[in-house]
Amino acid sequence: MAFNTETMVINMGPQHPSTHGVLQLILELDGEIVQKATPHIGFLHRGTEKLSEYRTYHQVIPLTDRLDYLAPMSNNLGYVLAVEKLLGITDKIPERAKVIRVLMNELTRLKSHLVWMACHALDIGAMTVFLYCFREREDITDIYEKVSGARMTSNYFRVGGLSADLPDGLEQDIRAFAESMPGHIETYEGLLTGNRIWQKRTIGVGHISAEAAIDIGITGPSLRASGVDWDLRRDNPYSGYEDYDFEVPVFEEGDTFARYKARLDEMRQASLIILQALDKLKPGPILADCPKVVLPPKQDVVESIEGLIHHFKIVTEGFSPEPGEVYQGVEAPKGELGFYLVSDGSPKPLRMKVRPPSFVNLQGLPQMVEGKFLADVVAVIGTLDIVLGEIDR
Amino acid sequence: MSDQAIVEKLKAKFSSAVLDVVEHRGETTVTVEKERIVEVCTFMRDDCGYNFLCDLCGVDYLGKLTPRFMVVYNLYNITTKQRIRIKVPVAEENANVDTVSTVWGTANWHERECWDLMGISFNGHPDLRRILMPADWEGHPLRKDYPLQGPDREPYQGRLS
Repeated sequence: MAFNTETMVINMGPQHPSTHGVLQLILELDGEIVQKATPHIGFLHRGTEKLSEYRTYHQVIPLTDRLDYLAPMSNNLGYVLAVEKLLGITDKIPERAKVIRVLMNELTRLKSHLVWMACHALDIGAMTVFLYCFREREDITDIYEKVSGARMTSNYFRVGGLSADLPDGLEQDIRAFAESMPGHIETYEGLLTGNRIWQKRTIGVGHISAEAAIDIGITGPSLRASGVDWDLRRDNPYSGYEDYDFEVPVFEEGDTFARYKARLDEMRQASLIILQALDKLKPGPILADCPKVVLPPKQDVVESIEGLIHHFKIVTEGFSPEPGEVYQGVEAPKGELGFYLVSDGSPKPLRMKVRPPSFVNLQGLPQMVEGKFLADVVAVIGTLDIVLGEIDR
Repeated sequence: MSDQAIVEKLKAKFSSAVLDVVEHRGETTVTVEKERIVEVCTFMRDDCGYNFLCDLCGVDYLGKLTPRFMVVYNLYNITTKQRIRIKVPVAEENANVDTVSTVWGTANWHERECWDLMGISFNGHPDLRRILMPADWEGHPLRKDYPLQGPDREPYQGRLS
């Protein structure tokens, strides 16, 4: 009897629960071994970059929420920092605004990593962790709701500062949460790290070397798990990160287990940074004193004619940065999130290019899965921590 | 090495190919001839330490600059943590650039995106297909003369901003 030795082509996604959204993979299989993997993306393309060319600089902020919708405040931060750099007001941001930005950003990191861990573990069979992680994530969405009014699409940061100050009593809530977080991380670790099934599914799976990772452009915890010591918060500090004391976890193995440990350690560091930020939080203004570009406090709009005029001008016309271009990268939970802005001196960006970390990280998927088992594809999609919202934009 | 020193090094090596150097908000942008881009990128990677391509994109300066397009390469040096930007002007009638996916693997998808949305093709690219738009899409949406509402639709009459 002759055996059929042809390869088989199967379609994974775009409606597949473990592709984390609408990712489609065309897999060519030889038995259970993946010969070739071709990602197809773009199912969630909303034309964010095109839309932003028709909006004033302030009106683009809500669009950025919808890029990486699991970490909206990181996107807000990257964008407003780019605009502030374009305007040349980076050093005028008040201390309180900077501290709150760091605080919210680290909460966002925790929020994003919690979803990553929940879904990654669920994908490869560890179902219990999912509910534990979502319990803590719920606390962060509650904090989000209290500061910005929205649980996911926060739209909280503004060019020059913040849209509102923290509500009374929230600092204590955040502190209690950050103090409880290391204990929760212990719980997750207890469920996974020593678990033999978890180890079998992750150790040695989806390996990528440091050279290959740099060549393909992988950033963030996935790169640090391949032994490259690079974190933008430490190396190109922004928003006052140079004043915080934290470690950058680096692992040499470059496999799924190392990426798991890197993110886990990052969560521990994030809760430490949150506590430091709370200690630094002093009363003060939350908006820069640049009346031509920064929306005045509401009180000024009601009480003074200048405030009213500035508010009216900024809302109706926006502001016009002088012609030029800037690139601002921030360490988002998934890697380097970059905003490249070109101004032609008009109130709308001539070009806004987003450098989404997931887009570039996903490019590494074929070389991480080819020659491996089909079941590992699911593990690798999970470990890359992709969000299709920012891949497709 | 400071940005200035890098620019001097580039000028010494590619004297006539360096068209312009601009510093804005502490960031250096070097414009080079598009014919030399692969050489320049290889030089930047091997001799100047810019081993990481952060981003690659096209910018449409319709009605503002000739030639119409710029292709922008944002480079990063992981050792010294420095950034620099390389740009090449690209004309509308001859909208193509040599691929740098041979220099950095990451350029593969970035160039596909640039082709898809901006309509700039890349000579020698291993797999130049559309990436974000459907495969049978016509036109390149990020071009300034491409309507926001898409082709064959009534222009939007309401306020956009």
